[in-house]
Amino acid sequence: MEFAIAIRLLHIVAGVMWIGLLYYFNFVQVPGLAQANSEAASGGPGPAAISKYVAPRALFWFRWAALVTWLSGAAYLEASPYGLAGAFSLGMAGDAPSAATTYVGFGAWLGTIMLVNVWGLIWPNQKKVLGIKPATDAEKATARRIAFLASRTNTVLSIPMLMFMQAGSHGLPFFG
Amino acid sequence: MNPLETILGTVIAGVVLAIVLAYVASLIAGV
Repeated sequence: MEFAIAIRLLHIVAGVMWIGLLYYFNFVQVPGLAQANSEAASGGPGPAAISKYVAPRALFWFRWAALVTWLSGAAYLEASPYGLAGAFSLGMAGDAPSAATTYVGFGAWLGTIMLVNVWGLIWPNQKKVLGIKPATDAEKATARRIAFLASRTNTVLSIPMLMFMQAGSHGLPFFG
Repeated sequence: MNPLETILGTVIAGVVLAIVLAYVASLIAGV
């Protein structure tokens, strides 16, 4: 179990970094950029510094923390009594089906959907928004909208995901 | 209106989804 405990710590640290940066984007950077854009015409400093110096660094740690979180979570699940198959089958397969296995399985599925959103939608579109990948203004506007909605979707999913991740040990609110 | 347009709508959507999924999970888990 020593390996499992160490990998669980890595999972938690990387997960805090991932979701912390997700909340930074949604609660801080997006409204901050909107204000910077609206005040740029009246003498404000504009959004350039955020886009150039902050956003790329935040996205770097965000997307790699997401991957490390998923990989360490999968390794931990497989080393734990839940088992990877047990969790992803929501407790309907594996050696030790239990309510806790069902709950962590819901968390694992939500986290997996969120990882796909990060690498499949948010990062490819942010590359266009930030000019890392060439794009026209129209393509940038579309990419900005897709990245925004995927990021907001992950913020929605993060709430039940975090609820389920700790439900195996601490229970669900209202039910079970 | 899309609740994802605002932070408040996003958080409310997350809480509502959490409650719905908690109910579904409790049914699957048989508790």
